[in-house]
Amino acid sequence: MCLAIPAEVIELLPDQMARVSVDGVGKLVSVALLDELAIGDYVVLHVGFALTRIDPEEARRTLALLGQLGAEVLA
Amino acid sequence: MKYVDEYRDGKLARGVAAAIARDSDPARNYALMEFCGGHTHAISRYGLEDLLPGNVRMVHGPGCPVCVLPVGRIDMALQLAAKPNVTLCCYGDLMRVPGSRGNSLLRAKAAGADIRMVYSTLDALVIAEAEPSRDVVFFAIGFETTTPPTALSIRLALKRDLGNFSVFCNHVLTPSAIERILACDSDGVRIDGFVGPAHVSTVIGTAPFRRFAQDFAKPVVVAGFEPLDVMQAILMLIRQVNDGRHEVENQYIRAVTEHGNRIAQAEVADIFELRENFEWRGLGQLPDSALRLKDAYAGFDAERRFALDDISASDNPACECGAILRGVKRPAECRLFGTVCTPETPMGSCMVSSEGACAAHWSYGRFRDHARRKTA
Amino acid sequence: MSARQRHLKLDLAAGRVELSHGAGGRAMAQLIAEVFHQALDNEWLRRGNDQSAFDVAAGRMVMTTDGYVISPLFFPGGDIGSLAVHGTINDVAMAGARPLYLSASFIIEEGFRLADLKKIADSMGRAAREAGVPVITGDTKVVERGKADGVFISTAGVGVLPHGLDLSADKARPGDKVLLSGSLGDHGVAVMSRRQNLAFETTIQSDSAALHGLVGEMVAVAGAGLRVMRDPTRGGLAATLNELAQQSCVGFRIDEDGLPIKPQVAAACELLGIDPLYVANEGKLIAIVAPEHTDAALAAMRAHPLGREAAIIGEVVEDEHRFVQMTTAFGGGRIVDWLAGDQLPRIC
Ligand code: SF4
Repeated sequence: MCLAIPAEVIELLPDQMARVSVDGVGKLVSVALLDELAIGDYVVLHVGFALTRIDPEEARRTLALLGQLGAEVLA
Repeated sequence: MKYVDEYRDGKLARGVAAAIARDSDPARNYALMEFCGGHTHAISRYGLEDLLPGNVRMVHGPGCPVCVLPVGRIDMALQLAAKPNVTLCCYGDLMRVPGSRGNSLLRAKAAGADIRMVYSTLDALVIAEAEPSRDVVFFAIGFETTTPPTALSIRLALKRDLGNFSVFCNHVLTPSAIERILACDSDGVRIDGFVGPAHVSTVIGTAPFRRFAQDFAKPVVVAGFEPLDVMQAILMLIRQVNDGRHEVENQYIRAVTEHGNRIAQAEVADIFELRENFEWRGLGQLPDSALRLKDAYAGFDAERRFALDDISASDNPACECGAILRGVKRPAECRLFGTVCTPETPMGSCMVSSEGACAAHWSYGRFRDHARRKTA
Repeated sequence: MSARQRHLKLDLAAGRVELSHGAGGRAMAQLIAEVFHQALDNEWLRRGNDQSAFDVAAGRMVMTTDGYVISPLFFPGGDIGSLAVHGTINDVAMAGARPLYLSASFIIEEGFRLADLKKIADSMGRAAREAGVPVITGDTKVVERGKADGVFISTAGVGVLPHGLDLSADKARPGDKVLLSGSLGDHGVAVMSRRQNLAFETTIQSDSAALHGLVGEMVAVAGAGLRVMRDPTRGGLAATLNELAQQSCVGFRIDEDGLPIKPQVAAACELLGIDPLYVANEGKLIAIVAPEHTDAALAAMRAHPLGREAAIIGEVVEDEHRFVQMTTAFGGGRIVDWLAGDQLPRIC
């Protein structure tokens, strides 16, 4: 696989770098592969590079759907 | 952890498991292949098998870049590392992978080679900058996910004029491997559907999988690597199979789009080009399945710079990885499994990384073999 | 160097260890006096002998030895000096014994900064005083530059075991409970956060601590029910349970939901692709306790500052295969296997 985890952008730095936080653990990473990044965005982090932004709305929808599945069947 | 813990919730899992039990047709079998080691890992690590009905079987695919790296390429890296002026930088995963004659980077390091584990290509650049008298070679492996970071490192090395930096490129492409497995489908177990890669798809998008869904009439669901993602993808595949559909669906919609990350694709296209052929451990030579540096960047290509010759070396002939990857056999059916071949002394690709089918079964799931034997 | 200069004090701000500091002459005597005796001061060291004599209390003697090599030497929550004291005390304490005395031998690389050496010795002295277990004899050697990595410390510890206690790794029996004194992985994560090429920022501190106080409380209320205790250092919880399973010819069943792991430790492990069950601890213990003594042992642990988060994390089961099995938080089952080699950060 490609080990990658969600991280929150907490500071944008020069040279297309950023400081991200993974539940309080900080790391300097490259954001050269993404444009228009804002503080507070969540990104998927792989080998020190942010690969993609996480869409909070879609994330919420996926979870809602997962919850619904259970509610339907187990009801 | 936000966007992680929610997708590991045991309560939600029971709901999805119930939905899978309800929707799967007891009169038929479902053989679903998860291509990626990330999914294999989630399935084993969280014990998902225990939550699936008996007629839903997961076949573990070849999607781990460490596992598919042929022995010969490790031997080439060992040759590089043996050069007195070379500092070889690599990801931690590669340190223990055995080359020929039981040699590995870890052993070579113990014997005096300058091999350093890095977390990122950026760390390799830092080393190259700090030690201008050393030839710093980055041992690049990985699928589409890991290629853009390598591409960027070359761009940065160019910008910073780091003439002592180069890349030993082993980047491979997932679609070619999936195609090979589908083409072999006739001699293997029929695979009813694919769980498509998560992080590879953040870069390439879901579009490239459309071809497989159409040409081979197989459903594909691109899914995240958290256990609930995998469960939901299984449910989506079962529904497609039941309906006779074969579409590309996107379960990992929070991170994957149809067309992926265009910036990353452009970086890769600028630096790399296709190799006509490349050997995959367990799958053999696959056409158009790997990348090399373009001529314009030849100076950064360690293979050219150090005039490395291709080495080909073969695995233990008793290894059943090929059959396991095609779903014909299970790890425990290999003669070498757990005797000669263990994660400490891997004989074949499936045992090399913790994500390989054999390693995952050995490290997390082998208690089930004993339980099975007892009840049988 | 003139005779007059020799009487100057060591330059503890900018000076470095030289080969002469290990050569048996005046320089060595000065180093020992100004760094080690100053830091570790007690009635035994003050007598300046090559050994120390002490009275033995009633009971059986316990003895252990340990070596400390760690990179980096200073990490959040401790350093090699405090670690050596805590680790040695804990090895004695895991027998149920009361640690009495320690020895410490230093192997120092030529060129090592005196200021750092002093910091390490001071921290060692502080840890020993806090624990009430003095370092009563020691040794110093200096090796040429490149022949060591800064400083190595090797220790011995002796303690006394009350009559009637006999804890041992082959004593776990099916039905016994597995108690863990607190959160997993803090030490390993704190150390890794400072390693070159891995560096990440965390507020996690090493849990390095002397556990004999906690052990004393447990022995007092549940002594007869204590089968075996271990501190899950290298290889973490996973290695310890697998060792015990082998030695006692049993299996373990543990529950992932019950494992205390701090969010930052979990996050750092995700970042590096490693499993907190395999990460080292230096201030935690695992106790295998007979079922009827479990409540008392757990209550005693929770009443002690180093066991506030103590929990029952699983039990001993019969298993000819000696598997450590875990029910995952997700509801499935898995093995917690021996670690294959070292745990390396991975990308896939
Ligand atoms: S157990 Fe080892 S030899 Fe057998 S198939 Fe798996 S990797 Fe190959």
